[in-house]
Amino acid sequence: MINSNILSLKNSRRLNTLIIGVFAWTVALLIFFPILWMILTSFKTEIDAFATPPQLFFTPTLENYALINERSDYFHFAWNSVVVSFGSTIIGMLIAVPAAYSMAFFETRRTKSTLLWMLSTKMLPPVGVLVPIYLLFKDFGLLDTRTGLTVIYTLINLPIMVWMAYTYFKEIPKEVLEAARMDGATVAQEIYRVLLPMSKGGLASTVLLSLILSWNEAFWSLNLTASAAAPLTALIASYSSPEGLFWAKLSAVSTLACAPILIFGWISQKQLVRGLSFGAVK
Amino acid sequence: MIKNKVLSALVAAGMLTSLSLAEAATTVTIGTVNNGDMIRMQSLTNEFEKAHPDIKLDWVVLEENVLRQRLTTDIATKGGQFDVMTIGMYEAPIWGKKGWLTAMEQLPADYDINDVFPAVRDGLSADGTLYALPFYAESSMTYYRKDLFAENGLSMPGQPTWDQIKGFAQKLHKPEQGQYGICLRGKAGWGENMAFLTTMSNTFGARWFDEKWQPEFTGEAWTNTVNFYVDLLGNYGPPGASSNGFNENLALFNSGKCGMWMDATVAGSFVTDSKQSKVADKVGFALAPSQVTTKGAGWLWSWALAIPETSDAKSAAKTFVTWATSKEYSGLVAKTSGIANIPPGTRKSTYANHKYMEAAPFAEKTLEAMSSADPENSTLKPKPYVGVQFAAIPEFQAIATQVGKLISGALAGSMSVDKALASAQKVTTREMKRARYYK
Repeated sequence: MINSNILSLKNSRRLNTLIIGVFAWTVALLIFFPILWMILTSFKTEIDAFATPPQLFFTPTLENYALINERSDYFHFAWNSVVVSFGSTIIGMLIAVPAAYSMAFFETRRTKSTLLWMLSTKMLPPVGVLVPIYLLFKDFGLLDTRTGLTVIYTLINLPIMVWMAYTYFKEIPKEVLEAARMDGATVAQEIYRVLLPMSKGGLASTVLLSLILSWNEAFWSLNLTASAAAPLTALIASYSSPEGLFWAKLSAVSTLACAPILIFGWISQKQLVRGLSFGAVK
Repeated sequence: MIKNKVLSALVAAGMLTSLSLAEAATTVTIGTVNNGDMIRMQSLTNEFEKAHPDIKLDWVVLEENVLRQRLTTDIATKGGQFDVMTIGMYEAPIWGKKGWLTAMEQLPADYDINDVFPAVRDGLSADGTLYALPFYAESSMTYYRKDLFAENGLSMPGQPTWDQIKGFAQKLHKPEQGQYGICLRGKAGWGENMAFLTTMSNTFGARWFDEKWQPEFTGEAWTNTVNFYVDLLGNYGPPGASSNGFNENLALFNSGKCGMWMDATVAGSFVTDSKQSKVADKVGFALAPSQVTTKGAGWLWSWALAIPETSDAKSAAKTFVTWATSKEYSGLVAKTSGIANIPPGTRKSTYANHKYMEAAPFAEKTLEAMSSADPENSTLKPKPYVGVQFAAIPEFQAIATQVGKLISGALAGSMSVDKALASAQKVTTREMKRARYYK
């Protein structure tokens, strides 16, 4: 009797796992489907890419990739993406960590409203400030420069970075820092030797999120760059055509643009998940 | 040791020389769109730089709407990021009048500006001054499937009427076989459905504005046009026609799903190209349909190259623009990519070339359509604006985009034609009042 009960419990657990597994895979496939379709389309001819009903099975071709290789300097655009994404993330973190530290551990009555105000800047439609920023960039000679794009990406992502870092720091008991202070640690040592190691997971996900957001940003990169500092998002836009079929070529260039960040995300998925769920369960 | 020093000195001298040479070259930054002809121009960069070693070309290829936004921002803020801009017939006279563009004067004698079609030249001018040189130009025409017409015992006239087109569409429409009677633009946009619908409305006797700039959407002519359009495309067109623009219809036609298609003459080279069309050898050409009048049946558009006033390399930019729009450039394209790929619609000499006329089966109708398009006189009743498929006023782009959304909504069935037209009338009147055309 006991054995059969244990068996049925095991079976129901297996069934649960199976149902959860199937559900998780379905959701994952649904989310991944647009990317999969983009990759498949990149190996089609332009006529196959537009076929109705859409074709799942087709003769693959590399002609779109060959054409992109012939027409565009992919690595020039990719290098610009790498420089501005990593540059803005590094600068952003250098500002966000001390800001979040002071807000989390030396809270005043204005801290919450300051944080909310910072976040509210994200709600402003970017096009609303396009002309003033364009004029500023023109006056400072920052148009079509990687420096200019790095500055703007840093400013765009800073509110989210401060918020995330603040949330992670809030999880750390003040007493730990006080103990470090009692042992004679300076502020810099306190942050570097105690705070950062303890919130490693959370900060890693902040870095990753900032990288992904910078890599994918299109509005400012299209408006503030021309040729010298144009990142991969500008390369993608250049393959859309008002007169002529372009979906297969656009899919190929999008695949090439997404590939580095997809691979990077895949490698660092553990840190990303750990960071995002940091402090979720107390 | 001495040898090494001499060698280093030579290398350093070489580097300095190449540096100073590189510095001497003027960089011309060109903003353009990703059209086949533009990409071909980009691929001939080396040829230009070889002939003009003191000029270096830098290309910025952008999506059409992004390019427009970029160019407008750059010009309005005097950003000076572009030395050459690819603009259309809509922008050239407006921007020229505002003093944003350099006048195309004192062109080289061998450029032969009189060889350029007068209608194209006029469309790119304001108050008699030319502000951009045409890279390629287009009108619109009817594409039809000769094989399906023969199978059904139909015959396409040189210029059909819309009533005839409806009759053909009824016979050719076999959705169960994946074949639709007609494909037309339905996607909302001033350059998408409204470009097509404006030409259609011209032939129904409509116009955008009367002589006092009052819109006429609630009038009989516009009502007839849009009812006819919604009935024709809704009943004999492909499913989801309200999201089809030029590219979607091109794909449908090339895959053999459309019996007829009315669109830009530039599509002639795409539908007859066996690499991208399954029906390349089965396509016939006719003029764009007429109805109560033939006036304004085919549109007139040109992608042209202009030099902004803010450019700091005007002289080098002019050298490039005159090269890219010259007879010499056409010859170079004929040599490198085949004669049928010469940028169409700009020069009379292209159409006087027998080899071109033989190689491009669509050329004869293109020439006929281009010759009959007149931006000054494209409506049955007099009009206060210039332009066949648009009104060359700064407000048009925003107004036509809104009207386009309303008519696309009527086509999709989300509102009645009458309601769409009443709203179009309201929106247009409001915008024109705001722009102080009247109180």
